[in-house]
Amino acid sequence: MGNQKKIRGISYAKWGYIFILPFFLSYAIFSLIPLVDTIWNSFHEYYAFGLKTVGPNWTGLSNYISLLSSDLPKYAWNTFVMWILGFVPQIIISLILASWFTDARLKIRGKQFFKVVIYLPNLIMASAFAMLFFALFSNAGPVNNILLSLGIVGEAIRFMESTLGARTLVALMNFLMWFGNTTIMLMAAIMGINPSVFEAAELDGCTHTQKFFLITLPQIKPLLTYTLITSLIGGLQMFDVPQILTGGKGAPDRTTMTLIMYLNKHLQAKNYGIAGALSVFLFIISGILCWIVFKMNTDPDNAKAAAKRAKKGGKA
Amino acid sequence: MIKKRILSLALTSVICLALLSGCGSSPGGADIVPGVEGKIVNIYVWNEEFQGKFNENYPEVERLSDDKSVAYLKDGTEVHWIINPTQDGVYQQKLDEALLKQDKVSADERVDMFLVEADYALKYTDPEANVAMPISQLGITEADIANQYRYTLEAMTASDGEIRGLSYQATPGMLVYRRSIAKAVLGSDDPEVVGAAVADWDKFYETAGQMKAAGYYMYSGRADTYRVYSNNVSAPWVENDKTVVVDPNMMNWVDRSMEDIQQGINHNVPGQWIDEWNKDMGPDSKVFCFFLPAWGLDVCIAPNVKDTAAAQDWAVCPSPQSFFWGGTWLVAANGTDNAAQVKDIMLTMTADRDLLRTLAMNYGEMSNDQPLMEELAQSPDFGIELLGGQNYIGVLSDVAANIDLSNISSYDQGCVEEFQNTFGDYFNGIISLDKAKANFEMSITERYPWLVGGGVIWP
Repeated sequence: MGNQKKIRGISYAKWGYIFILPFFLSYAIFSLIPLVDTIWNSFHEYYAFGLKTVGPNWTGLSNYISLLSSDLPKYAWNTFVMWILGFVPQIIISLILASWFTDARLKIRGKQFFKVVIYLPNLIMASAFAMLFFALFSNAGPVNNILLSLGIVGEAIRFMESTLGARTLVALMNFLMWFGNTTIMLMAAIMGINPSVFEAAELDGCTHTQKFFLITLPQIKPLLTYTLITSLIGGLQMFDVPQILTGGKGAPDRTTMTLIMYLNKHLQAKNYGIAGALSVFLFIISGILCWIVFKMNTDPDNAKAAAKRAKKGGKA
Repeated sequence: MIKKRILSLALTSVICLALLSGCGSSPGGADIVPGVEGKIVNIYVWNEEFQGKFNENYPEVERLSDDKSVAYLKDGTEVHWIINPTQDGVYQQKLDEALLKQDKVSADERVDMFLVEADYALKYTDPEANVAMPISQLGITEADIANQYRYTLEAMTASDGEIRGLSYQATPGMLVYRRSIAKAVLGSDDPEVVGAAVADWDKFYETAGQMKAAGYYMYSGRADTYRVYSNNVSAPWVENDKTVVVDPNMMNWVDRSMEDIQQGINHNVPGQWIDEWNKDMGPDSKVFCFFLPAWGLDVCIAPNVKDTAAAQDWAVCPSPQSFFWGGTWLVAANGTDNAAQVKDIMLTMTADRDLLRTLAMNYGEMSNDQPLMEELAQSPDFGIELLGGQNYIGVLSDVAANIDLSNISSYDQGCVEEFQNTFGDYFNGIISLDKAKANFEMSITERYPWLVGGGVIWP
C-alpha cells in the first residue's frame, strides 16, 4: 500500500510548477503587492505634510467621492480626444501603407528601408520626442521662424497656448510614434490572408478598391479590433508626451491634462490616498478593456456574434 | 532523483535571487564614530551656480573629476554634488526623500549639506522638522557672521531662536535697463535720469507709454513684475496651514499685467528661464528693462549678450518698488558625518572677506558682507563690465538694508508657480478671471492636500 502510494506520488507536474515559480514570485513582489497596497491606500487619508506624513487614516470611500466630484471626467475626455485625434489618422495611414507594401502587383522598391524608417520614431524616447516638439513649436522656435520668414503668418503662432494647437501636437506625436508599429502589425495580418483569394478576385475582375474593402478589410477585422483595443488601453495611459510638452501643466486651462498626468500631480504631492483611488478607477477601466480583448481572442465566433449584436444595438 | 531535485531547486533559487537583486541596493550601514570625519560630503543643489563658485574659489579644492560632479579636497575628502531642478518641486521632493532616510543609510550616503531658497526655506528651518542643524551646534558664533546682512540671518532664524543657514549673497532687486534704448527714448542713459523716469509706478507707466510710442516694449512679461508685487504683500500666503489668503497686491498684479498685455506695454512672454525670455535679453531685442537682483546680471543677462554689441549696453537704477528675488542659503543637514568640513565650507563661502570680495569682483555678486559692500560702493575700481563700468552697489545698498522677509512662507514656491500658471491662461484670453481663480483653488489643493477644506479667500 505504502509502496503503491509512493509510486502514485511521482508526479512530473510539480516540475512545471517549480519552473514557473520565479515568474509568480516576481509577479507577486513587483505587481501584486503594489496593487494590493494601492487599493489599500485608496481607502485612507495618506499624504505628506511638508516633511511630516499624515495618516494613513481610514476614510472609507471619501477619496473616491472627492475624485468623482473633481474634474476627473474632463481629464478622461481630454485623454479620449487626444487619443482619437491620433488614432484615426494612424489607422488610415497604416492601412494604406500596409496594403501597398503587401500588394504583389505593386512592386515597391526599398520596402525594407521604408519599414525601418516608419518604425524609427517609435525607437525615440517619448519624452525626448516631446522635448523636440516643444522646441520646434515654441513661440520663438524654428517652425514659427520659418512661417514668419516665408510671410505665411504675420505674427508667431502660439501653438502651446491654444487648446486646438496643444491637443493637435500631442495627437500628431502619438500618430508619428505609432503608425509604423501598426503598419507592421497590419502587414502581418494581410500577409496571413490566402493569396489564392486575391488571385481569384483578380480573375473575376475585382478593382483595387473592391479587393481592399471586400477581401482585405473583412479578413483582418479581428486584428483591427485588437489594434483598436490595445491602442485604447495605451491611450488611457497617455502621459509622457503631454506631460513634457506642457511641463506637467496640461495647459491651456487643463485641456491637455490626461488621467495619468492628473495621477502624477497627486503623486508629486505624495497624496497616496487620492492617487490610489484614481489608480483603482483606471484599473477597472483597463480591466474591462482587457476582458473584451480576451473574449475576442479566445472565441472568434462569439466575438463576431457580439459585434453583430453591437451593430444592431447601434442601429436601433 | 534527489540530486536532480536539488539541482533544479538550486537553479530556481539562483533565478529568483537574480531577479531580486536587480532592485535592491545594499547600504553599508556603518555608523559614524563621533569626532571622526567621513570621506564623502554630499551636497544637494538645484543648479550649478554654487557648485561653480565653490569649485573655483574654495581654497581646499585640489582638483575636479572630469565631469565636474566630484571635487577632491586637499585632505582627500570628496565633495559630491547632487543636482535636481527646482521646477515643479522636484528639488524638494528628492531632498525630502534623502533627508527622511538620513538615519537608514550609511554615513557616506547621508546628506551633509543642502541649499535652500527663500521660497521654501522655512519648511527646512522649522525646528519640528528637525532636518537642519543650528549653526551654533556647528560651533559658528555670532562674531563669525557679524558682517552679514541682518535679513539673511533673520530669514533663517526659527521660532526657537536658532539660525539654521548662512548665505553668501544679498539679493535686493533693481531695474536693469538697456542704455541704447534709454538714450533713444529718454535722451540719456544716465542712471540718475532713468531712475527718475521710473521712480514710482506712475512715472514707470509714463515712460512705458513713451517706449511703446517709439516701438519698444517696456518689459518682457508678467513673470518679471511678479516678484515686485509679491514681495510687497501684507501677509504670508497661508493662514494657520489651512486657508489661502490671496493678498490684494496679487490681484493688482493680475489687473496690471492684463492691461499691459492688451496695450502692448510688455512683450507678453509667458514666463522666465524660457527661450523667449532669453531672446528678450539678447542683442536684437526691443525690450527696455528687466527686474533682477545682482545675481541676475551674471546668471541671466551676461550669457545672452556675451560677445555681442549689447555686451556693455546695460545699466541699473532702483526699481519703482523695492523687492528681492531668490537668495541661496547653505544649510548643514542633521545627521551629517562631516560636521567640521561642512562648518568650514559654510564659514569660508559666506564669511571669508577675501572670498566674498572675489565673488563680487568676478561674478558681479552682491556679497553678504555689509561693510565690504559699503566699501565697494565708494570704490572707483568696482565697475561691472556688463554695465559699462557702472558700480551698482550704491543702487542696492539701501534696498538691501531694508529687505523684509517677514511675509515669506514655506508655500511660496507652490503659490508662485500655481498662481502664474493658472492666471497665464487668463492672460492668454482663454479663460475668464473667475475660471482662473477656480483653477488656482484646485491647483493649490492638489499641491498641498491639507489645504482641502480650508478655502481660498480672495480680496
